[in-house]
Amino acid sequence: MRGCEEVKGKEEKMNAKSGKGFGILVTFCAMFLFWLLLSGIFDALHVGAGIICSAIVALISHDLLVKEKGEKMLSKSFGFFIYLGWELWQIVLANFDVAYRVLHPKMPIDPLIIEFDTSLRSDFALVTLANSITLTPGTITIDIKDGKFWVHAIAKKPADALLVDKTMQKKVADVFMEW
Amino acid sequence: MVIIDVIVILLLAAGIFFMFTGVIGLLRLPDFYTRLHATGKCDTLGEVLIIAGLLLYHLFVYSPGAELSVKLVPVKLIFLIIFIFLANPTATHAIMKAAYKTGLKPWKKGDARM
Repeated sequence: MRGCEEVKGKEEKMNAKSGKGFGILVTFCAMFLFWLLLSGIFDALHVGAGIICSAIVALISHDLLVKEKGEKMLSKSFGFFIYLGWELWQIVLANFDVAYRVLHPKMPIDPLIIEFDTSLRSDFALVTLANSITLTPGTITIDIKDGKFWVHAIAKKPADALLVDKTMQKKVADVFMEW
Repeated sequence: MVIIDVIVILLLAAGIFFMFTGVIGLLRLPDFYTRLHATGKCDTLGEVLIIAGLLLYHLFVYSPGAELSVKLVPVKLIFLIIFIFLANPTATHAIMKAAYKTGLKPWKKGDARM
């Protein structure tokens, strides 16, 4: 039993080590690409300075960008991009919704504040859901505490979309694998 | 090139329309929270549509035959779009939370305008 635990501990250490190298590499590539695209000058001095700066940033702050193992992160970011496409469509719908409510002579609004719980816990998932709620039709996030959301809805219908259908919560939970 | 001009003008016009609805919402809606609904959403899409129009125009009118640093301007515009998508809802949420913590009562149907 004890031996088993020791092996497990060793494995975790190994994973952490390879995860660290992967994190530094990903951060370095992202920073360097960012540098090249923003500078647009490709002589030795500027590119060299870019390499040095990206390396320093990657060494110091790699744990901000990459926290987990490579494969999990890749599949998560793939799911995230698919989610972004759906989200863009929701934003367009949200704008037509607001335009309709604002330009309608009688202004069909009936604001209410709702609360609901989610299973999400990681910061990035919570931020994604909060910003999605703010950008989708008729709802704005007021506050989050331990996965509990307070949301201001402009009418009954958009509030029901969050309380009853829960499509958005399900989609975000699928992307971040936090059911 | 006429097609590009038409698409760019349509994008700019759509952007201006949504910004305009945002302003009308700011003036017409009854209280602080509902006004944030208008500004938070319409500004995001309006700005993004305007930037997308500029991006297309730059890509097809300025970029061919230009220097590399001029050709990279669309990349910066894309960064701008990403930043707006991140920053706009976050700022809206921060203002909303501040108002809620201060104890500002939300408007209910039937109340007088605030």
